Amino acid sequence: MSQLRYEAPGSVDEAVALLASDSDAKVLAGGTDLIVQMRSGLRKLGLVVDVKKIDELMSVSSDGGAWTIGAAVSGAEMNENAALKKDWPGVVEAVDLIGSTQVQGRASAGGNLCNASPAADSVPAMVAAGATAVIAGPNGRREVPVEQVPVSPGKTSLATGEMVVAIKMPAKPARNGEAYLRMIPRTEMDIAIVGAGVSLTLDDGGTCTAAKVALGAVAPTVVIVDDAAKALIGTKVDDAALEKMAAACSAACKPIDDKRGTIEYRTKVAGVMARRAALIALERARSN
Amino acid sequence: MPTVSMTVNGKAVSGEVESRTLLVQFIREHLELTGTHVGCDTSQCGACVVHVNGEVAKSCTMLAVQAEGANVTTIEGLANGDDLHPMQEAFRNNHGLQCGFCTPGMVMTAVDLANKNKNPSEQQIREGLEGNICRCTGYHNIVKSVAEGARNMGG
Ligand SMILES: Cc1cc2nc3c(=O)[nH]c(=O)nc-3n(C[C@H](O)[C@H](O)[C@H](O)COP(=O)(O)OP(=O)(O)OC[C@H]3O[C@@H](n4cnc5c(N)ncnc54)[C@H](O)[C@@H]3O)c2cc1C
Ligand code: FES
Ligand code: FES
Repeated sequence: MSQLRYEAPGSVDEAVALLASDSDAKVLAGGTDLIVQMRSGLRKLGLVVDVKKIDELMSVSSDGGAWTIGAAVSGAEMNENAALKKDWPGVVEAVDLIGSTQVQGRASAGGNLCNASPAADSVPAMVAAGATAVIAGPNGRREVPVEQVPVSPGKTSLATGEMVVAIKMPAKPARNGEAYLRMIPRTEMDIAIVGAGVSLTLDDGGTCTAAKVALGAVAPTVVIVDDAAKALIGTKVDDAALEKMAAACSAACKPIDDKRGTIEYRTKVAGVMARRAALIALERARSN
Repeated sequence: MPTVSMTVNGKAVSGEVESRTLLVQFIREHLELTGTHVGCDTSQCGACVVHVNGEVAKSCTMLAVQAEGANVTTIEGLANGDDLHPMQEAFRNNHGLQCGFCTPGMVMTAVDLANKNKNPSEQQIREGLEGNICRCTGYHNIVKSVAEGARNMGG
């Protein structure tokens, strides 16, 4: 932890300039991953750029139904935003699973995404919901689907000088519902061994017209299971469709084997979690 | 070395710190307020919980410089002179502590919980304390303490 240099710029441009000046510079949002890694000696820190003093990263707004969530907004604040929670309950619930109240007050969705843990809870939920990340860098801004940010455990696709400015959620489609569920070995304060985000849209007759299923913690990065989505589309999301979707989820898993869950267990549970999440999503879609 | 200024328990304080200095180190070592404890180095135990701008935070998981300009309350800021805060009183009455190491963090979390929910159920209290670990009590008397403290804070 020696020679840490701390900067707290007030604008995205200043933050980008600082990040571009040092290829080892790190963004500091809530610090609930970064400071823990720093203390355990996992990370040698040089320059850290605190982004919680930048208004754009700390505000939530909606425009024509589409949401822009500042990358450093805390989970607690997202959870207190009733309109956001009404539109995207699955995403907000996933963010709310991150740590206890003391962690919630600081931890951000941007940090959860950029920490690039395979088990990050908000990521499968955001992917299923079709969220994008707005990235600012020395060459201006670009917007990518959130699944393109983490590339392997602990690594992102961000280039030197780049940072995530905001997470964007699309306008809520009519009769769409989404949900996220995870399996943890303990009842609280644990890391997912499987996480499943499901989003589905129905037509007026209750037939599924669009779906997206994303799994966390079963591979080095989030897995989008196209076959699971296909199993739902064109059906009434009945038992047979759910069975097929669950099987597709299990087939898509490439999990690790560790003391917290064997490969066999994680693979089986992925289908179970996806099925339960799909049922919640279905319920929500019917009432939207 | 950077200078950091903040309000702690209602008093304006400032000090020279290294950038890497944790908020809990600033509180314990610079301000000599040793009621806030450090029980782990993985942000798990909750012994270090303080309030920062009205939100609970683990002071081991913040840099002192991140609290620049903030309003911080530690366990020492709860009592009014010799009069214990109702939550502290409730922990005393209900034998909500044994060795006492986790207690400052438990009480700070409990006060926040009661501020947000005047009449928490047992389940809500247990969930609300998920970020605080106690090695002694088995939690039973802590839960009783928080329920009574919350009632007395509301009244
Ligand atoms: C006790 C405890 C329990 C936890 N429980 C969970 C849990 O249940 N589920 C879970 O998923 N996680 C959990 N976490 C991990 C952590 O809290 C989350 O990953 C959190 O969302 C990280 O957000 P942060 O704002 O604190 O990120 P930080 O620690 O500030 O940053 C994390 C990483 O992302 C980078 N970064 C942050 N913001 C940006 C940005 N805008 N642009 C580019 N890079 C950026 C940082 O440089 C760093 O590498 C837990 C942590 C603790 C301490
Ligand atoms: S000292 Fe253990 S959580 Fe802060
Ligand atoms: S009373 Fe000893 S750790 Fe809680």
